[in-house]
Amino acid sequence: MTGHYHWPLTTGFFMLYDVTINGKNYRLELNRADGHWSCRLDGRDVEVDAVLARPDVLSLRVGNMAYEVKSERVAYDLHLWVGSTRFAVEVRDPRSLRGRARAGDAQGPKKITAPMPGKVVRLLVRDGDEVEAGAGVAVVEAMKMQNEIKSPKKGTVLKILVSEGAAVNAGDVLAVVE
Amino acid sequence: MFKKILIANRGEIAVRVLRACHEMGIAAVVVYSDVDRAALHVRKADEAYPIGAAAASESYLNIPKILDVAKRAGVDAIHPGYGFLSENSKFAQACADAGVKFIGPTAAAMEAMGSKTHARQAMEKAGVPFVPGTSRGVESFAEAEKIAAQLGYPVMLKAAAGGGGKGMRLVHTLDQLKPSLEAARSEAERSFSDSEVYIEKAIVNPRHIEVQVLADEHGNRVYLGERECSLQRRHQKVLEEAPSPIVDAGMRRRMGEVAVRVAQTANYTNAGTVEFLVDQEKKFYFLEMNTRLQVEHPVTELISGLDLVHLQISIAAGEKLPFKQDDVNIRGHAIECRIYAEDPDNNYFPSPGKIALLQEPSGPGIRIDSGMYEGWTVPIDYDPLLAKLIGYGADRELAIARLTRALNEYFVGGIKTNISLFRRILQDEDFRAAKLDTGFLDRMLQRPDDKPTDSKAEKVAAIAAGMFAALGSTAAAASERATGSGSGTTGNAESNWKPASRREALH
Repeated sequence: MTGHYHWPLTTGFFMLYDVTINGKNYRLELNRADGHWSCRLDGRDVEVDAVLARPDVLSLRVGNMAYEVKSERVAYDLHLWVGSTRFAVEVRDPRSLRGRARAGDAQGPKKITAPMPGKVVRLLVRDGDEVEAGAGVAVVEAMKMQNEIKSPKKGTVLKILVSEGAAVNAGDVLAVVE
Repeated sequence: MFKKILIANRGEIAVRVLRACHEMGIAAVVVYSDVDRAALHVRKADEAYPIGAAAASESYLNIPKILDVAKRAGVDAIHPGYGFLSENSKFAQACADAGVKFIGPTAAAMEAMGSKTHARQAMEKAGVPFVPGTSRGVESFAEAEKIAAQLGYPVMLKAAAGGGGKGMRLVHTLDQLKPSLEAARSEAERSFSDSEVYIEKAIVNPRHIEVQVLADEHGNRVYLGERECSLQRRHQKVLEEAPSPIVDAGMRRRMGEVAVRVAQTANYTNAGTVEFLVDQEKKFYFLEMNTRLQVEHPVTELISGLDLVHLQISIAAGEKLPFKQDDVNIRGHAIECRIYAEDPDNNYFPSPGKIALLQEPSGPGIRIDSGMYEGWTVPIDYDPLLAKLIGYGADRELAIARLTRALNEYFVGGIKTNISLFRRILQDEDFRAAKLDTGFLDRMLQRPDDKPTDSKAEKVAAIAAGMFAALGSTAAAASERATGSGSGTTGNAESNWKPASRREALH
């Protein structure tokens, strides 16, 4: 497949994506012309073919290797499952203004929400604290169990929006980390 | 035969009982709480009655409300499922008083087995082997000290009214005995309003093996083989199999005959299970009897070819068991996985929410008993058991292979489930060699689950991420063109970015 096609930048159907998985960045170029896909991953040509079985289920062929990839949105995160392995994925269009990355931070302020109804029994950080990815931000109690809610990324606690003892519903914003 | 049965339960077991009713030409009446209106058991029922707020005490545990529905619907019988009111002797009696047949044992039989100390006393009289220890609660620390010395450490302190691992303490040495006794008593008081605690010899690395019994109301009793339920986390079963890999035909017969004797002692009728602990020398000891249909009944159904819920209904309708002990044959091997809405990466914390995508396995040797469906929102208010996945084959190796294959096909998107736990268990060397005991799962979970990073899969994920975005945006653009709506775009590249960037704003 390599070398048999051009990479038109203005005609046809051309997509450019920056994909981040596990801290690693991939640059993906996709082009569709004459009923075929062309793909370049980090500058290397890859033969691909794909159809959506449904909006969240992709049947992907890479060469002749076949994969079913499922997509899942959990709060603000995008997860892709390749077989039984789950990847947290960020996809950005490097050419769009909205998606332009800021130095050291892929996404801007991130809301940390309660995963289920419960009560905030403890706050572990204050406004202005620096947190690492995975650091506990609050403890929410529900169904007689305590659940530590973690920051999904490294950053600064912009604002805490609940107080200790507050009752929360699923989806309520507990804090914002930037 | 009954014309109408009320199912006093919810979730997968309500669906399973409902199916048996339909197979027998019986109308199925269900009840539902406010959060269960869209539940699968309501969708599949013939009649459905609302019974109030989500809290179980207001709904599924509310005896007056349930009996009121039974009366209004004109049912002949009530099937209690498992959990909820299934082992509540007051409920069994209330049904009898209301002239509605309770599909299960009598209140008296339930009570005989409900208190663990009373059950032990009865077993003592019946000459049934049980774990050495006291058959009465200990009155004082001095008494406990003396008994523990006689039994030899380690000893297990247990709540007489207990269950679910509450009020239990394993004591290794004398100096642990006093604080453990106090802790067990107060936990028992809090959980069961009964601080009675008794002592058993603690068996080292026991296996939990239970026997299914069935008794009609004409004095016929049979055993249907055993189930191995040693894979437990915090005393909750997670995976069960039948037959037990260590039980041969002779042991099966001996355990089965003891189980039938236990049922006889309690004047037991309908389906029940006698639990044993088995030590490393294959000596078995009566632990307790469960006076209901159990969660893991499918594995027995698959190896015996019998339908236990059909049989429960027939027995309750006064029919004789249609077979004798000699007619019972077990064949093949079945393994069940309990699929819970739990997050394995977060200490198995319950994970309610909306099921965005459900792909269920099927094919040879696969059975699924499920209460969930795609688009359903798992409520927070109840036990998070979603479904049971059972693999069956001619032998244990094939059952494992089928189950492994099925687990790879099983996908529940939008919530967390413990499906990954079973993949890990089935690959475990000791599991495959059937080296099981009740400590197995705790030991396995303490070992880190080191999955090597799969860089190839990661590249596939990167490509897929782009493809989802690209194909998603083409679909969006195509539908915009088709409906003539949106910004009146043509197929140029610029306009294809709009849906893509809209989607990215959600990232």
